[in-house]
Amino acid sequence: MNNLNISGSEAVIRSLLLEDVTTIFGYPGGAIMPIYDALYDYKDKVNHILVRHEQGAIHAAQGFARASGKTGVVFATSGPGATNLITGLADALIDSTPVVCITGQVASHLLGTDAFQETDVIGISMPVTKWNVQVTRAEEIPAAIAKAFFIASTGRPGPVLIDITKDAQFGKMDFEYEKCNSIRSYYPNPLLNQDLVKDAIQLINTAKKPYLLVGQGIILSEAENELIQFVEKSGIPVASTLLGLGAFPANHKNYVGYLGMHGNYAPNVLTNECDLLIAVGMRFDDRVTGDVSRYAKQAKVIHIDIDKAELNKIIHADVAIQADAKDALRSMTDLVEAKTHDEWINEFRKLEQEEINEVIADAIAPKSEELRMAEVVHFISETTKGDAIVVTDVGQHQMITSRYYKYQKSKTNITSGGLGTMGFALPAAIGAKLGAPEKEVIAIIGDGGFQMTIQELGTILQFKVPVKIIILNNNFLGMVRQWQQLFFEKRYSFTDIKNPNFIKIAEGYGIKGLAVSQRDELSGGLNQLLDSKESFLLEVVVEQEENVFPMVPTGASVSEILLTENHGTNV
Amino acid sequence: MEQTYNISLFTENSIGILNRITIIFTRRHLNIESITASECEIQGVFRYTIVLNTTEEQVIKVVNQIEKQVDVLKAFYHTDSDVVYQEMALYKIPTNLNNGEEMEQILRQHQARILSLSPEFTTIEKTGRPEEIKGLFDALTNFGVLEFAKSGRVAISKPMKTLEDYLKDMSVEM
Repeated sequence: MNNLNISGSEAVIRSLLLEDVTTIFGYPGGAIMPIYDALYDYKDKVNHILVRHEQGAIHAAQGFARASGKTGVVFATSGPGATNLITGLADALIDSTPVVCITGQVASHLLGTDAFQETDVIGISMPVTKWNVQVTRAEEIPAAIAKAFFIASTGRPGPVLIDITKDAQFGKMDFEYEKCNSIRSYYPNPLLNQDLVKDAIQLINTAKKPYLLVGQGIILSEAENELIQFVEKSGIPVASTLLGLGAFPANHKNYVGYLGMHGNYAPNVLTNECDLLIAVGMRFDDRVTGDVSRYAKQAKVIHIDIDKAELNKIIHADVAIQADAKDALRSMTDLVEAKTHDEWINEFRKLEQEEINEVIADAIAPKSEELRMAEVVHFISETTKGDAIVVTDVGQHQMITSRYYKYQKSKTNITSGGLGTMGFALPAAIGAKLGAPEKEVIAIIGDGGFQMTIQELGTILQFKVPVKIIILNNNFLGMVRQWQQLFFEKRYSFTDIKNPNFIKIAEGYGIKGLAVSQRDELSGGLNQLLDSKESFLLEVVVEQEENVFPMVPTGASVSEILLTENHGTNV
Repeated sequence: MEQTYNISLFTENSIGILNRITIIFTRRHLNIESITASECEIQGVFRYTIVLNTTEEQVIKVVNQIEKQVDVLKAFYHTDSDVVYQEMALYKIPTNLNNGEEMEQILRQHQARILSLSPEFTTIEKTGRPEEIKGLFDALTNFGVLEFAKSGRVAISKPMKTLEDYLKDMSVEM
């Protein structure tokens, strides 16, 4: 292949190929046309997915990254193309997702002149990228791309953006590519401090009620096996954050549930009973901690995270270890005493039984006439044996799915956690399916969020992406409505939403659809969805004013979690 | 307890890095009292001195988030007693040959010097701490200060460990 005197645009594509990029999500426009022109010659080597909106492109790239463990790639043009990426960049930054965005920019002599479709995307994206750079000369392109992939995928992963001026895309250069594996001001692989590991082990070996909280850090460092080994040797009970779901199999005997505002009862309550909290690859989000001044005050805390800025940020750690989860867990497994904590785990099981009796049993097999969200999720969970990739949007359906889908495998839970981006699920599911084509990918979405990125049905149509879509339709912006009911005296201010005929819309996009509202239709509908070889949309009309419980109300302590609506604080 | 902190940070010379740093303060609704930047003892590495009033808890978190930026080599924070610091000020006053004696007194007393002289105005330079610079300003008020400009703080730390030592500890090659 001739490397001499090629265009900057061709250098972009060749650099991506050398980073093993096979899939790009994008949308062309004026300032990125030279790159799209170069892409035309590489159609057989790169699968470019034309989305219907740039926000769809970046969420798809996020879904791709989360399902495959690889870095997602996005193309967008200058101005509005670039600004449409901002929500996804913010989402990827807070949820540590590796994404490389390449945006076109007006020619360098026009920078700062308010040229057509010019926007300061470097300035705008700075707070929501791990790193960004503007390239104004063709010969700078390969090094910028190499650096971008290195930064996006190492340390705590995150989104990066490269803004390439049109003259740099047209410019000629001699192509040479060298992968980046170090940057002198960037230290992505902190050395594990063995003294701190020993301090941690001392606390673990003497603890009576140690309790392990795991987050997405386990998945990102691919420490799933190391986690199982540590847990099986130490005998410690494990709970997961929202993004950590799937890092540890839900059917494992040491698994005690899902943490946080709408998490399980036992893991929240017993946070304030343990004598040692071991947090690995999680960041004590406020949705996990509730009132921090009353969070695990009785316990010593060990916090392990690769991002030093997360240590002691929210919760003071008695032992704070900046490390990759895999290294830390491996080291700790060697040193930890083999134990069982059956009595302690039984405390979790007792509270779990309470939650089953009071909440779960009725939720998955309700006596009410109307369908409930949990029974849908429970059916899917049982039928797929917790093996499918489940992509959720944001709101009640998301919390219900996190509660009732029993994730058994890593990288099967894809959701917008930190940012809570409605509209995330549909494009993210498209990306997830392309990132893990062998897996069943099911998007579970609310009727509100579905309409925020509904246009991506066009992407499914054009590229025949066989994602399965379930809309849990309660004709409300349900989570906000729930809060209005509980905290704003039922003043339902603009949360009732008039919906279109989703099935007809799907039909317009060539996607088969079915709406069910009766219990006797449900399993048939869900089976039809799961059996379909193509994309399929199932609308399930559910109870309008169902609330998600248990719940830790804002400002309450985790141990004040309300089991049901009728319970006051009962701990 | 809020007090004055001096953040010293060292960065690559890249476009936009100042913006990345100030964003961290903006996000936390922290006001920067003063900021200066220049190349440091290592070629190509820039040193920023940022002064702000806040709590130690906040400043630690800010420093960690600054250090997390890809182009930042290292960041430290110090209280005033841990740094040697200085500011520089210029004062423009009307030239008046009739008050030479009084002016000499003031310049000696405040250890200031005349930087430029013309029939219309005189420029006086003073380096010192903020209160010393304010002291000279007050003393010159009677002469009519036409213009006054002051730099931000520059500071070097008292602990002897150098940036290079820190970077060596982290096996960064300079």
